Amino acid sequence: MGVRVKSVLPVLTVILAVVLIWIIAVVPMNMHLTADQAQRDGLIVAPDTPKARQDFSGTRLAFKNPHLISLTYVGKRPNLPSPHQVAVEMYKTVFGKKITSKRSLVYHGWVTLAPTLLGFVMGTLLGIMLAVGIVYSRVMDKSVMPWAIVSQTIPILALAPMIIVVLGAAGIHGVLPKSIIAAYLSFFPVVVGMVKGLRSPDAMQLDLLRTYNTNNSQGFWKLRLPSSTPYLFASLKIGISASLIGTIVAELPTGAKAGFGARMLVGDQYGQPILSWAALFAAAITAATLVGIIALIERGTLRQMGMKSA
Amino acid sequence: MMYVVLGFIVWGAGWVLNVYLANGKQSNAWAMQILIPLIFGLTIVLVWECFVIGFEVNPVFLPRPSDIVLRMVSETSRLWADFYQTIIKGALTGYIIGGLAALAIAILADRSDFLTRGVLPVGSFMAALPIVGIAPIFVKWFGSDWESKAAVVAVMVFFPILVNIVAGLRDTTVMQRDLMRTYGAGYWPTLIKLRIPAAMPFIFNGLKIATTLALIGAIVAEFFGSPTVGMGFRISTSFGQLALDMVWAEIAVAALAGSAFYGIVTLIERGVTFWHPSQR
Repeated sequence: MGVRVKSVLPVLTVILAVVLIWIIAVVPMNMHLTADQAQRDGLIVAPDTPKARQDFSGTRLAFKNPHLISLTYVGKRPNLPSPHQVAVEMYKTVFGKKITSKRSLVYHGWVTLAPTLLGFVMGTLLGIMLAVGIVYSRVMDKSVMPWAIVSQTIPILALAPMIIVVLGAAGIHGVLPKSIIAAYLSFFPVVVGMVKGLRSPDAMQLDLLRTYNTNNSQGFWKLRLPSSTPYLFASLKIGISASLIGTIVAELPTGAKAGFGARMLVGDQYGQPILSWAALFAAAITAATLVGIIALIERGTLRQMGMKSA
Repeated sequence: MMYVVLGFIVWGAGWVLNVYLANGKQSNAWAMQILIPLIFGLTIVLVWECFVIGFEVNPVFLPRPSDIVLRMVSETSRLWADFYQTIIKGALTGYIIGGLAALAIAILADRSDFLTRGVLPVGSFMAALPIVGIAPIFVKWFGSDWESKAAVVAVMVFFPILVNIVAGLRDTTVMQRDLMRTYGAGYWPTLIKLRIPAAMPFIFNGLKIATTLALIGAIVAEFFGSPTVGMGFRISTSFGQLALDMVWAEIAVAALAGSAFYGIVTLIERGVTFWHPSQR
């Protein structure tokens, strides 16, 4: 715990610096839009035509029109919303709406979360099974393992939207297509991690079991599986965030009606950038929470087992 | 029906052959390490071909591998143009920008232990987030050509590389740093001669993770707007025309490009970190 407390202040400093840069960047990013709007509202803007303003950078425009700076933070359709706009939008859509409402971020969050979790569980179970197969079968090790490694270098995620449409055309709708993608993405990290984990007992330990005259299944349950736990949790943390990212990407360009991905796209297409940003941050918080939950379970489990994380 | 039976026969034959090879005496030889997975892959492709013909699968769902190969041969110039637009212009530019930015920030943060302790958790936290969601926003900011793709890629690869460089720069022992001090080396000579070389295994770990991310970012960003060229553009439009063989041809190119990109980074890593135990 000591290390954690020591890191709190530096972490807060870095976050503060990022937010500060964000706040400063809002001004030049939105200056042109704000100036155009201000002129329409009858304020004096220099230079006085949008065309002339195009020759100026956002920063120079801000210096010329200091009275407009505060307006850049409250625009309705900003290029870059200010942090408080995003926070207010998130508060409104998380706490201000009924969770069954289509405008509630909690509703959209669940639409994304359900396939993520289902897929994550499927992918993890299949991954563990394949890993066991690879560890115990020489043929599978030699023929499947190289492909499991190569598959991690392939940008499968980019194809998620297509897979959704194909499965939809094949009559598979609802939660399942998205969870298949989530499962696929969490599958390979678990395979690779678990193979490493199941092989982590050293020759000495395996020999000891042999002197006890144990059979294969006892060796598996009493030595290999327990010693793979730290590796399993390390892969689960990668797997769950990959699952969530997969689900979101799957929702992005396929015309999905609900979910974080759909929300990001709708905000973008209908000129409501604050909506997109709120969805983006909500997705980030969800990802962080999921990884955090697994990290907590990891810490508890490993402490019970008297192990260290991989 | 005959093709279905043929598919099963091919599957069985491939498996038996691999069982024989994997349990044979030479199974740890260099050639076998490549041959066995290759036979496995080839078996899958053949079974795929047989089943698609045998079950009369609609090519809209799943085209035959042979159709995909034919497409790749007949559309080589278009595939090359897409590859150039997406991978070289978009992904590679963004990868380099993101990597250099990460290096700059890492070295800045490195001057103070306080900042390092802050950057490390925040960076690894950011690396787990669905950053790819910024793609629509960036396409709006930077226009629909490759610049916006490079920007998305730069942000996506930034955090994993940053975390690994920062972690790597901490990976020297007090003894090694003391030795540099006895040589009278200041901060910069120590950084360049000792700490950056010592960080290389970490840095390459980050660079390798980032290769796949770069491709994903460049392709996904094209779904939100692109000129009429590019792999993401071609995938989504061919999909709209139900030309699934073209979609799969692009997928094959993406897979090859991804593996090649990763392979190149790994080769460079071998050259640079030849001294590290994992490379010997």
